Amino acid sequence: MAPSIHRQGDARLALMMGGYDAAVAAKRRQTTLGATVLIVAVVVAALVGEVDVGKFVVNLHRFGDYIVRLAHLEGGAGVLSDVGEWFWGWRRWLVMLGETLLIAYMGTLMGALGGFALCFFAARNLTGRAWVRFATKRFFEVCRTVPEMVFALIFVIAFGLGPLAGVLALAVHSTGALGKLFCEVVENIDLKPVDGVKANGGSWVEAVRFAVVPQVLSNFASYALLRFEVNVRSAAVMGFVGAGGIGQDLIEAIRKFYYSDVSALLVLIVGTVMVIDLCTERLRHALLGLRRA
Amino acid sequence: MAERPKLVADTAAFARRHPDQFRWVTRGRVVALCVTAAMIALFALGIAVLEFDARRFALGLLKLGEFVVFMVPPSTGDWATFVLYLKALAETVAIALLGTLLATVPAIVMGFVAAKTVVGQVVIHFLSRRILDTVRGVDELIWALIWVNVVGLGPFAGILAVASANVGILGKLFSEAIEAADPRPVEGVVSTGGSRLAAVRFGLWPQVAPVIASQVLYYFESNTRSATIIGIVGAGGIGLHLAEQIRTLEFQHVSALVLMILATVAAIDWLSDMLRFSIIGRREVVG
Repeated sequence: MAPSIHRQGDARLALMMGGYDAAVAAKRRQTTLGATVLIVAVVVAALVGEVDVGKFVVNLHRFGDYIVRLAHLEGGAGVLSDVGEWFWGWRRWLVMLGETLLIAYMGTLMGALGGFALCFFAARNLTGRAWVRFATKRFFEVCRTVPEMVFALIFVIAFGLGPLAGVLALAVHSTGALGKLFCEVVENIDLKPVDGVKANGGSWVEAVRFAVVPQVLSNFASYALLRFEVNVRSAAVMGFVGAGGIGQDLIEAIRKFYYSDVSALLVLIVGTVMVIDLCTERLRHALLGLRRA
Repeated sequence: MAERPKLVADTAAFARRHPDQFRWVTRGRVVALCVTAAMIALFALGIAVLEFDARRFALGLLKLGEFVVFMVPPSTGDWATFVLYLKALAETVAIALLGTLLATVPAIVMGFVAAKTVVGQVVIHFLSRRILDTVRGVDELIWALIWVNVVGLGPFAGILAVASANVGILGKLFSEAIEAADPRPVEGVVSTGGSRLAAVRFGLWPQVAPVIASQVLYYFESNTRSATIIGIVGAGGIGLHLAEQIRTLEFQHVSALVLMILATVAAIDWLSDMLRFSIIGRREVVG
């Protein structure tokens, strides 16, 4: 039997075509509207942000010049022609780099401990009292929304110049950032072990220690490692506001136009950040694999 | 629950049957102890090397307490100053918006070049990834210092700094999104005789565009946060005022500025969330 093709009546077809056109037109209208809003926003932002394309084009060669100057020593030779001369201050710089890493490490550790201590009070499935949860969550929020540089600026005035201010700034910021992540991990746990401990007469602390912590520890460690990576970057520029680390030397070199020093320091910082990225990634994967196994 | 009393009565036999559960020295415990000891040792080293000093710490905390008292009530002094701050805040948002958008275009190009599934050349893949890494490894504040040297002080330098740093970040994210895309639409286009460019345009782009849009929105929000401090090195925005008020110990101004920043970030957070969900629908963001 040949299939019979049922043809819609012309009136019906026109109706459908009209509907199709209307749908396409509506989508186009929405796209145009979105594009218009975006263009208006960009123009307004360009006016507010004092964007000057002329200045940019005229000065762009300076960016090239800057890069070229970064690649040359004081005497005019290329940096690679005399690596010893380029990295003349490597002893001091390595010490500063070590200080930067130490600042990042201590800030991360203190932040992780702070987040660890508080996250159980912010988790919906463990803490019954609403005001405790609310207060902890708001505390985390304030800690992580205020940029660490602002904390560093304030701490430099309170604790004096030096790495102590940097460590504390990172610690406060990390507490907020990690506390939130830790809390989310805790909210996703399996509650049966908790019930088990409670059914055996365990207290809240014992439930957290024996039922919650073993479930979340590897995730916590992985997040803390991720934060360490972020904090190494931040610690590298903490010196800009006097809070210790290699940033101090970098900002001095940039302000005094010691071009080859700037490039040497940048190479050191970028290299370190890359190595840390790679190492923490390996470690994190190992940790998460451990949990799955 | 008849098992429990029986087991408690015969703990010795139970321990013999499951020795691993009753051993004190296990491999996991030893590793955990070593790691903890190393961490504590490193911390102690830090305290020694970084010249932590209990007296200085206590005095600092005391001072911090004073600062907090000085901070209330938040106030900008007069209306003229408040308007000045508002203008600086608008500058910060403008820096974040233009910086993010300016970074998006080169990041999309770099994203396609760096994606293994699109270009596939090992050398190009490796080089483009390393370039993105290097650009990303240089902090926004360092970029700001460099651009201030090129185009002078002011928000324009901030825009360029945010854009530079974001090319590295977004380029990497985009290339990962592109690599995670479904290859079948691409094969479909190729099988009907489409060129490579057509395959990217009609096979890949529709898949990755929503992901890219949502990530750009997310970074607009995150850049608003980081643009608030870029003024510390003279690249425009509210950071300049913030640093100045902190240095001159005008703590009522500081708290007012921080509150203004928090309100702005919250507003942008809300706005970009709304836009993001209207683009991708209510589901999890990929990547």
